Amino acid sequence: MTLLSIDNLSKSFGGLMAVNEVSFDVEAGSIVGLIGPNGAGKTTVFNLITGNYQPNTGTALFDGQNLVGLPTHTIVERGIARTFQTIRLFQNMSVLENVLAGGHCRMHAGALAAMLRTPTQRREEQESLRLAMAELEFVGLSNEWQNKAKNLSYGNQRLLEIARALASKPKLIVLDEPAGGMNDQETQDLIRLIRCIQDRGITVLLIEHDMGLVMRVCSSLVVLEHGAKIASGTPAEIQANPRVIEAYLGVDSE
Amino acid sequence: MKPSTLIYAAFALAMPFCPIFLNAYWTDVFNNVGLYAILALSLNVILGHAGLFHMGHAAFYAIGAYTTAIINTSYGIPVLWTMPLAGILAGIFALIVARPIIHLRGDYLLIVTIGIVEIVRIALINNVFDITGGANGIFGISRPTIFGYRISKPDQFFYLIWGFAAISIFLLLRLEHSRFGRALMYIKEDEVAAGGSGINVAQHKLTAFVIGAVWAGMCGTIYASKMTIIAPESFSFAESVILFTIVILGGSGSIPGVILGAFLLVGLPEVFRGLAEYRMLVFGAAMVLMMIFRNQGLLPPGPKNYDITSLLPAGGRK
Repeated sequence: MTLLSIDNLSKSFGGLMAVNEVSFDVEAGSIVGLIGPNGAGKTTVFNLITGNYQPNTGTALFDGQNLVGLPTHTIVERGIARTFQTIRLFQNMSVLENVLAGGHCRMHAGALAAMLRTPTQRREEQESLRLAMAELEFVGLSNEWQNKAKNLSYGNQRLLEIARALASKPKLIVLDEPAGGMNDQETQDLIRLIRCIQDRGITVLLIEHDMGLVMRVCSSLVVLEHGAKIASGTPAEIQANPRVIEAYLGVDSE
Repeated sequence: MKPSTLIYAAFALAMPFCPIFLNAYWTDVFNNVGLYAILALSLNVILGHAGLFHMGHAAFYAIGAYTTAIINTSYGIPVLWTMPLAGILAGIFALIVARPIIHLRGDYLLIVTIGIVEIVRIALINNVFDITGGANGIFGISRPTIFGYRISKPDQFFYLIWGFAAISIFLLLRLEHSRFGRALMYIKEDEVAAGGSGINVAQHKLTAFVIGAVWAGMCGTIYASKMTIIAPESFSFAESVILFTIVILGGSGSIPGVILGAFLLVGLPEVFRGLAEYRMLVFGAAMVLMMIFRNQGLLPPGPKNYDITSLLPAGGRK
C-alpha cells in the first residue's frame, strides 16, 4: 500500500528550479532513502512534504489526502513527523520537555483546563510524561531527561530529535541526514534504531550522505540531481546505474 | 525544600500583615505595586512565555477600565460585577487587533503594538462613540463592595488588589506548567521547530494575547474603582513601557521575577524620592547596567519540575 505519493512536485526560488517535477511513492512499512549530490533539492522535497514550503505545482498525497496547502502542524497531526538537517531542538529546555513537544498534537487540554487543572487534564499530562519517557527509553536517552538539550553530544541531539518526532505518534517519519556528525559507533546504533522504528510499523523516509547506512538500511532509493529525479530502485539497482555514478563521480571527458 | 521556596513562602506569609505596619501612604504604594504586578503578570504571558514583543499592553488595560467606568456610571451596576465583561471586551479587542499582526516578528510586532496603544489613547481623547468623556475622562466611578462591605481605604484596597494578585499568580503558575504553557515556551525558543513538532504557532500566540488582555482588562476594573476617575493619560505609551520593563528586568517568563520587577520599578522610585529628579537618572543607569550584566533578568525562570519518579526505569534514577 502506498502511504505517501509525490506527484509532479515543483518548487522554484526566483529563477532557480530547486525541485523539478519530482514524483515518487513511499510504500507503507518501507524505509526509503532520498539521495543525491549537495544542492540536489533533497531537503527542499522534505520541506514541501512537511509544509515548510508550498510547491508551485504538484501534489503530495498522504493516506489518500493532499498535503499541499496544509500548515506544518496539521501535517504533523495527520501523521508525518520530521527531524531537521541543522538540529533544531529547544536548546534551553530539558531533554524531557523537548520530547513532550512532540506529544503536544496528541493532547487536547487548553488554557482553561490548565488553569482549572481538571482531572482529564491531569491524566493527560501524566500520560504524555509516560509516553515521552518511553520514547527517550527507546532512543536510549532516558538517563539524560533532566539535562538541557544543548548540553547533549551532537549524536545524542540527533537522537533526541528522533524521539521528539516519534512522540507525535507518526505514520511516517522523515529524517534529514540523521547520521550527520555521528561517529562510526553511533551510526551503527542509528541503523539499529531505524530498523526498530520500522518494526514499530512506522514508515521511514530519509536523506543521508553516508552511503554505507543508506545501502544497508533502505529498501528502495530515489536519486535527485539538480532538482530532478534521475533514478529510483533498490540499492543494488542504484549502485549499478551509470546515470547515478555519473552524477556522483562525474564522467571522463576522454 | 529549596531556599527559593522558603523565600516565596515567607513573602506570601508576610504580605497579609503589611497594612498593619505601613501607613496609608506606603499602603497605597504597595497597592500600586500590586496593580502593576498583576498587569505585568498578564503581559508576561505574552512577552515572557510566548516571547512576543508587545509594548501596547496599556491598551487592553484601558479597554477594561473604560468598560467598568461606562457601565458603572451609566447603568449603576456595581463595579466588581463589571469585571468579567471588562475582561471579555479586552479579550475580544485583543483578538481583533492581534489577528492580522500575529505573524509579525520581534521589532516589527513591537512597532505595531505601540501603534495600537496610541490609537486607543487618541480614540479615548476624541471621545469615540460619545461615551469615553474625551480628555477629561470619566469620573464618579463607585467603590467596590464585597458582600455589602464597601472598599474605600488603602488598606482595604490592599487586600482586594493583592487578593486578586494571589489568584492570578495561582492560575498563571498552573498555566505555565501545562501543555499550553509549554507550547508558548517552544514557540519562544524556536518557532519553526515548534511548528514542526505539531504546535499550532499562530493559534497559541493569539490565545496568549487574549489571555493577557483578559487579565489586563480585569485589572482595569480594579484600577477604575480605586481611582474613581479615569482619563486617557493613565493608559499612555509610557505605561506600556513600564510594564514591558518590569517583565524584562524581573526575568521574562518568571512569575517571581515579574513580581520582584514590579516592586523595583514601582516601589523603588518612591524610596528614592529624596533624590528628586535624579531618581529617574539613577533608575535608567541601573537598567542599562542590568541589561549588560544580567540580560536574562533578575530572577530568570528556573528549570521546571516533572514528577516522573514512577516512570523511571530501575537504575535510570538520577
